[in-house]
Amino acid sequence: MEPKKNALFVQGNHACFLGAVRAGCQFFAGYPITPSTEIAELCASEFPKMGGRFIQMEDEIAAMGAVIGASLTGLKSMTATSGPGFSLKQENIGFAIMAEVPCVIVDVQRGGPSTGLPTQSSQSDVLQARWGTHGDHEIIALAPSTIPEIYTATIRCFNLAERYRTPVILLLDEIVGHMREVLVEPPADSIEIWNRTRPTCSPAEYLPYRHTESGIPEMADFGSGYRYHVTGLCHDETGFPTNDPKKIDRHVRRLISKIGRHRDEIIEYSTRAIEDADVVLVSYGSSARSAKRALDDARAAGLKVGLFKPMTIWPFPEEALRLLANRVRNFIVCETNMGQMKLEVERIVGGKAAVHLVNTLNGEPITPQSIVDRIREVM
Amino acid sequence: MFNYNEYLRNEKLPHIWCPGCGDGTVLKAIIRAIHNLQIRKDDLVMVSGIGCSSRTPGYVDFNTLHTTHGRALAFATGVKHAKPGLKVLVVSGDGDATAIGGNHFIHAARRNIDITMILYNNYIYGMTGGQASPTTPTGSFASTAPYGNIDPNFDICALAQAAGASFVARGTAYHAPQLDRLIEKAILNRGFSLVEVMLQCPIAYGRRNRFKTANDMLKWQKEHAVSVDAAAKMTAEELEGKFLTGVLFQKERPEFTAQYEHMIERLNPHSEE
Repeated sequence: MEPKKNALFVQGNHACFLGAVRAGCQFFAGYPITPSTEIAELCASEFPKMGGRFIQMEDEIAAMGAVIGASLTGLKSMTATSGPGFSLKQENIGFAIMAEVPCVIVDVQRGGPSTGLPTQSSQSDVLQARWGTHGDHEIIALAPSTIPEIYTATIRCFNLAERYRTPVILLLDEIVGHMREVLVEPPADSIEIWNRTRPTCSPAEYLPYRHTESGIPEMADFGSGYRYHVTGLCHDETGFPTNDPKKIDRHVRRLISKIGRHRDEIIEYSTRAIEDADVVLVSYGSSARSAKRALDDARAAGLKVGLFKPMTIWPFPEEALRLLANRVRNFIVCETNMGQMKLEVERIVGGKAAVHLVNTLNGEPITPQSIVDRIREVM
Repeated sequence: MFNYNEYLRNEKLPHIWCPGCGDGTVLKAIIRAIHNLQIRKDDLVMVSGIGCSSRTPGYVDFNTLHTTHGRALAFATGVKHAKPGLKVLVVSGDGDATAIGGNHFIHAARRNIDITMILYNNYIYGMTGGQASPTTPTGSFASTAPYGNIDPNFDICALAQAAGASFVARGTAYHAPQLDRLIEKAILNRGFSLVEVMLQCPIAYGRRNRFKTANDMLKWQKEHAVSVDAAAKMTAEELEGKFLTGVLFQKERPEFTAQYEHMIERLNPHSEE
């Protein structure tokens, strides 16, 4: 086979950077943290050459604040971190949800709790991604498994952030962040790029938090002549704080429903060999790689095994899994945590099938053999 | 008489500040300074954190950003770095800026990023009802210092100067006309500029500390403020218990966003503007 001219051999964090550039990201604020630092380093070295802006902030909290500030001026903005930094960012992630400021947060997961295992992998931020910040909210999070997937998922994170005016989380893990694979960047015209909708009305008519038909208000850049107020307080359509119970109720419901009612557009998942499967593996991120191998080995041994792999882990592809649960008797969730996604699978399956877990907690990946062993046990 | 209406969001008034509060005095001084410098409202972004002073942006007709507690400078840094053509003003309080936001404060000063910070120092957490802040004087009373504050307090101007701010000034709510000039100079300085304003909180601080009225507190400001010029002619004993007002420090230093622009130019020598 002829080697492809534009093929790159890059690690996941590098693919994430390339995807961000392709998506039009022009601003990065961050703080050094293993195993995500390569993303910050690439932005530091490449952004100034491309007219983009990088800043190393004094801490993780400040980095998240700077990203939001930059996005308000109209630049696509991102940050990258790992578990401990992701915890610190939660306060301002909540602000971005409340004030509806598009941005992308990359969390290259490592072992926890606390400082945990800085150089080893984990998938234990699945629920932090979902519920890390306080208050009722929806969140979008993607969890790719391969280097090409990281590239396209990063672009998709920016697209979703821009379209839905919300922070979007790219949940990598140390394994996919640091492993290297071939990446062939698709031609630019084959990639769809979404940008935030900017107002077309006059500044006098502009309502920054208007209840539009889509549920997503138009967003003006700071300095573009639309002077408006942005706050983390409950606010009405004008953007100013309100204590009016009706307006508050309407606002919070819109924040939640603007994600919920567009689930079909947001949710992405893939399946493999599920048509005749007796057992379905549910896995994502680096663990899905082990699950795929286990599936192949099990099929070679004549076992009817399938794979359900959500790319969008929040919102979870609920309908698809529920349909599957009408037929499949056993699900095995493969993840490197104590069963954070298993909880969600159990909720969706609702007792119609057994849900099992294959996991590791020690920084090591799940071996395909341990999954095959479990398949044999439950069959 | 000066017409504030052009700059106020009148429909958002009356404001939430207590009777006798000094915040409104500072708000008016900020508006006068901006008017005198003829800054376009579209080009100005006012950023705040949480607290009484941080409600200021809600009342003014600029691009306004009311952020999380202590984080105004972090957000403001993102705004300024992303769009250096914008004028960025941060309003903050003593608790917001030097307790929960202390790290952002010293680092914004260190970077000398072109942000003007107006710091309303009322020596107390007013919005939450009178808890001790990093500037509550030792020995005075707060709801969380019911037996007298045992903590030493920050000299915010000295802190900013030591951290690298290129312009440091202090004024008071009593000396309102002087405030206009200090704020104007701060905005004109290309770099991180701090104006600390000593002001009265008669409700949450004054009542606990033997100030019967807001006027008593203003009188205290009048009696304890000493201008830099006057201080130069006074002895250490005469200055005991007083605080300095005016421009305390100014020194030209490379500014962050300008340095970044230079780096971009250095890396792209052939690109056209």
